Amino acid sequence: MARMQITRGMRIGEAKTYVAERLGVTIGDLSDPLAMADVRAERRLGRITTFEMSYPTESSAMEAKFRIAEVLDVPINCVRRFREHAGIDRL
Amino acid sequence: METQHPTRMGDGALTRMTRSELRADLEEGTLAGAKRAKVPPLTAAELDHLLDIWASPARFSAVDIGDEVVLTYDGSGSKTVGTRTQDLQIYEQMFGADSVELAHVDYSFKAVKTILPHEAQNMKDAQLVLTVPVMYGAMPNLGLYSRPDGPAPNWSELLPLARIDEARAAQEEAIEHAVKDMVNVADAMWEAGADGIDFDTAGAAGDGDLLATLLAVERIRAAHPDMGIEVGMAGEFVLGVHGRLEYQGVRLAGLWPRQQMELVRRAGATVFGPAVNVNTRKSGAWNIARALTLVKPCMEVAEIPVHMNVGMGVGAVPMSSYLPLDAVSRASRACVDILRLDGL
Repeated sequence: MARMQITRGMRIGEAKTYVAERLGVTIGDLSDPLAMADVRAERRLGRITTFEMSYPTESSAMEAKFRIAEVLDVPINCVRRFREHAGIDRL
Repeated sequence: METQHPTRMGDGALTRMTRSELRADLEEGTLAGAKRAKVPPLTAAELDHLLDIWASPARFSAVDIGDEVVLTYDGSGSKTVGTRTQDLQIYEQMFGADSVELAHVDYSFKAVKTILPHEAQNMKDAQLVLTVPVMYGAMPNLGLYSRPDGPAPNWSELLPLARIDEARAAQEEAIEHAVKDMVNVADAMWEAGADGIDFDTAGAAGDGDLLATLLAVERIRAAHPDMGIEVGMAGEFVLGVHGRLEYQGVRLAGLWPRQQMELVRRAGATVFGPAVNVNTRKSGAWNIARALTLVKPCMEVAEIPVHMNVGMGVGAVPMSSYLPLDAVSRASRACVDILRLDGL
């Protein structure tokens, strides 16, 4: 939702609706960290990692941002730059 | 005898006030803001809600489940604990930050310009290991462009000597330099992969400072249509240090948050951050009522997200080095509950 606000100028209600629809969840789910942890895992959007919760085989950071850009259909500047610099021709 | 509730003053000092005293301060605060800015005061229902928040003995206060908003930050990558990138990661992973801001401790665009490649490298490196949006932030800080720190004559020295025309010309010269620096930094950050740029404390040096920011935003938006641009104000009222500067035909001196927001939006920003300075001699209750009164008109016409500045000395958060959680949480919740903000 921060991305939708910062880069698209969406108000909070619009941002929540958009993100919920793109993720296939309810707006209420967005407030539930347990529900969203599952969503982030399923869609490979990156999760918070701790000593007890490590996910070395899952997407994180730049990898997750590739996924976020695709799932939310939002251009992410550093993703585009990474593709250019790495010579990746397609998303 | 009425129960005395623990509460804070504007300087963070802990005191005790009765429910009646808190209510009186809320009413006084909203009337003070309404009179000053010529806007409506808060409604009785809004004041009742604020009173419930402030008269609570709870250490922490929060919005209802489902009313959460987005948080943007200034200076979350400031090399407090580890490297700047590690600090950003701490914000993301341990504080659950929705976004982070890479910044230099010399938090001005003029200063950052001199080490720009290094800052841009930091941005690129940070983007590789962060998931949340990473902004780059600094202050326009127009005063740095006056002598002895900068090339323009010092208008702070000229004004007391009644050399008004020279003081105005000096500010106009400084504006040109400031715009150039802000655009250069934004260009470099965008090339490095930044998600956006934050102009913090816009208007701190008065109307010239705000004009430089608006002109920079306009140019950055034209060059980078997808770039996030946040403009956070320095205070609730734009001081007319120059007095005659205009942006798109609107005189900048004397603008309040609603009018500030309109110009920021027109320039091309995607997030607006109003700021209301704290009166340290008044209670937190007085300050929150005044702050909400001044910002509420923004929300009625907002077309871009409004992230009110709620931090040290602004948004009814005490002006103290270590911010009491009871005060910060109350102010944050009040802003969201009453104003229906998009973020903080």
